[in-house]
Amino acid sequence: MNFELDDVQTLVRDTARRFAQEEVAPLAAEMDKTATFRMELVKQMGELGFMGVAIPEQYGGGGMDYRCYSIVVEELSAVCASTGVVVSAHSSLCCDPIYRFGTEEQKKKYLVPLASGQMLGCLGLTEPQAGTDAGAVRTTAVLDGDEWVLNGTKIFITNGGQAGVAVVIASTDRSAKHRGLSAFIVPADAPGYKVAKEEHKLGIRASSTAELVFEDCRIPKENLLGQPGEGFKIAMQTLDGGRIGIASQAVGIARGAMEQAIAYAKERQQFGQPIANFQAIQWKLADMATEIDAARLLTWRAAWMKDQGFKNYSREAAMAKLFASDVAMKATREAVQVFGGYGYIDEYPVERYYRDAKITEIYEGTSEVQRMVISRALLRD
Amino acid sequence: MKIMVPVRRVPNPDVKVRLKKDGTGIETEGVNFLVNPFDEYAIEEAVRITEKSGGEVFLVSIGGPENEETLRAGLALGAHRAYLVDLGGECYESSGIADILAAVFKQENPDLVILGKQSVDTDNNQAAQMLAAKLGLAQACFAYKVELQDGKAVVQREIDGGLEVKEVELPAVITADLRLNQPRYASLPAIMKAKKKEVKKVTPADLGAEPKNRARVLGLSEPPPRKAGQKVASVDELVDKLVNEAKVL
Ligand SMILES: Cc1cc2nc3c(=O)[nH]c(=O)nc-3n(C[C@H](O)[C@H](O)[C@H](O)COP(=O)(O)OP(=O)(O)OC[C@H]3O[C@@H](n4cnc5c(N)ncnc54)[C@H](O)[C@@H]3O)c2cc1C
Ligand SMILES: Cc1cc2nc3c(=O)[nH]c(=O)nc-3n(C[C@H](O)[C@H](O)[C@H](O)COP(=O)(O)OP(=O)(O)OC[C@H]3O[C@@H](n4cnc5c(N)ncnc54)[C@H](O)[C@@H]3O)c2cc1C
Repeated sequence: MNFELDDVQTLVRDTARRFAQEEVAPLAAEMDKTATFRMELVKQMGELGFMGVAIPEQYGGGGMDYRCYSIVVEELSAVCASTGVVVSAHSSLCCDPIYRFGTEEQKKKYLVPLASGQMLGCLGLTEPQAGTDAGAVRTTAVLDGDEWVLNGTKIFITNGGQAGVAVVIASTDRSAKHRGLSAFIVPADAPGYKVAKEEHKLGIRASSTAELVFEDCRIPKENLLGQPGEGFKIAMQTLDGGRIGIASQAVGIARGAMEQAIAYAKERQQFGQPIANFQAIQWKLADMATEIDAARLLTWRAAWMKDQGFKNYSREAAMAKLFASDVAMKATREAVQVFGGYGYIDEYPVERYYRDAKITEIYEGTSEVQRMVISRALLRD
Repeated sequence: MKIMVPVRRVPNPDVKVRLKKDGTGIETEGVNFLVNPFDEYAIEEAVRITEKSGGEVFLVSIGGPENEETLRAGLALGAHRAYLVDLGGECYESSGIADILAAVFKQENPDLVILGKQSVDTDNNQAAQMLAAKLGLAQACFAYKVELQDGKAVVQREIDGGLEVKEVELPAVITADLRLNQPRYASLPAIMKAKKKEVKKVTPADLGAEPKNRARVLGLSEPPPRKAGQKVASVDELVDKLVNEAKVL
């Protein structure tokens, strides 16, 4: 793995950084306050290739590698974590499984409009009784002639409110438990598909988190993704890639908070001098920078393994997400501290970063789950 | 229409530059370099013209091998090909740069040259004018609107207190001001395509150019630190200070 960005990666970073600062940053505070995402960003990002960074151009994507995807999610998250997860959930959790497991027809029909940003995608895995225990999914899919009929409820679905298409994990054979799960491509305009509720959240408030209800929801037979019984495997492999996205989001949140803390520490005068002169502040900044670099390197390693075609990088993706989410929590907490009382009020953005950081320890597998994945790999032999 | 757009590699203008200890230049270690922002307006204008009525845009960057990165960034904005003029460590001021650009012009015979109105690092604002003079071409600087007609360009330019509309015969030299257009962001597929576009590496000698320095930079120094401001208790005190201390009233 190369520590330095090559010419293409540098250009991707510069473009994403500029787009984030010029187009996203001015909207971030308002989107957070009103808990609404500005959908025109999806269109703009689609035109730039950001809605499918690692999807080949022939399927509407940006044709880059996962390292570039990580860079784009980091840059967006450094100004707005909601925008970061809108892109990450869409790309990793919806585009990626269709790209990897879909038929040519499925890719043409669904991946092209998704990766080019004409519509948003989501993954429906979690249910009220199936959170960490994702294998306990109860939503069912039954074949009726030429159609699958879905029944059940999915909760906490990122992009659920606006998605044009959902990858849904449902049981086609209850007796086989998690081996009886299958994956489906469900268009939002399918009969019986309903967005039941939007959640009100602590952080990433601009990103939709919705409940999806399927009541005799009918989709064509050919919308099965992969083989029957492959649903759990597809979900787990999808989450491996997704964790690289969330790790990148966490790195971005942490970096954004650190950059603001540095700028503030140089400006803010107490005791007749900038607070950056105090060692107590300097050491906070030094720890933040060190941990952020370490988190980014873990994230890039996992991305590199995915790009190299390693069959299994679950352990490395879990390490990246576990560590980066922890770094995001620490860095944002300390950034608020550097701002003192001003860090606690919404006139400055660091309080938003602090609220946004927490989710990175929860979704796409809680930190406990990441430790389970890592320790399982350690103890396997 | 064939359009030539010179592009300059400049330190990221949002980052504070640091001088080398001996004052011979700026510290480049760890500095992020970008396409000169005014040049992006020039590229955008040129690309829009060719997107509308066909033709090609070629870029010219003068400097060292590192300028290839700058050129790739410009190619990702839609230019078709590029020249990299490697000075082999030499440095030229505006007139020497104009000598080299004139040599490229003579090889390519473009219909139009569009440059940024100035470079954001040295702020010289003279390469374009010198280039026009050396080639005996018409110039229209600080353009905020460019319209092409048969064999000529109608350029609206911002001048103090108003607008000037100028008609220049092609080929001509135009420089871009900020309000000329809104440069696009490089899309990821465009960045990929830029990787495969031609960057022709040449030296001034290959071009038959003999750039000369007529001016020499003797040294650079930091601006003197600003004195701290003062707080005044009343308007009267302020006026008193403006009159008696600052002597500006
Ligand atoms: C904002 C948001 C967005 C989300 N987006 C999506 C989405 O797009 N798609 C989707 O399908 N889901 C999504 N989720 C769901 C998310 O992945 C789950 O919330 C997460 O997996 C945890 O499940 P749970 O909430 O049911 O918690 P639980 O599983 O009930 O866990 C509660 C606690 O118990 C711990 N725990 C559980 N089991 C074990 C164990 N065996 N050993 C040790 N500790 C354990 C957990 O780590 C956690 O700390 C989202 C959630 C949120 C909040
Ligand atoms: C919700 C809220 C309620 C409040 N209620 C009250 C109230 O009722 N009455 C009241 O009077 N005030 C109140 N405050 C003000 C509060 O006490 C101050 O915000 C706090 O003392 C910190 O001061 P500051 O915000 O100016 O931060 P600063 O003093 O600017 O500190 C910024 C950072 O620099 C650090 N720092 C500063 N100096 C040094 C040093 N010499 N060495 C090392 N580190 C240093 C600080 O620890 C902090 O991390 C309130 C604030 C908030 C946010």
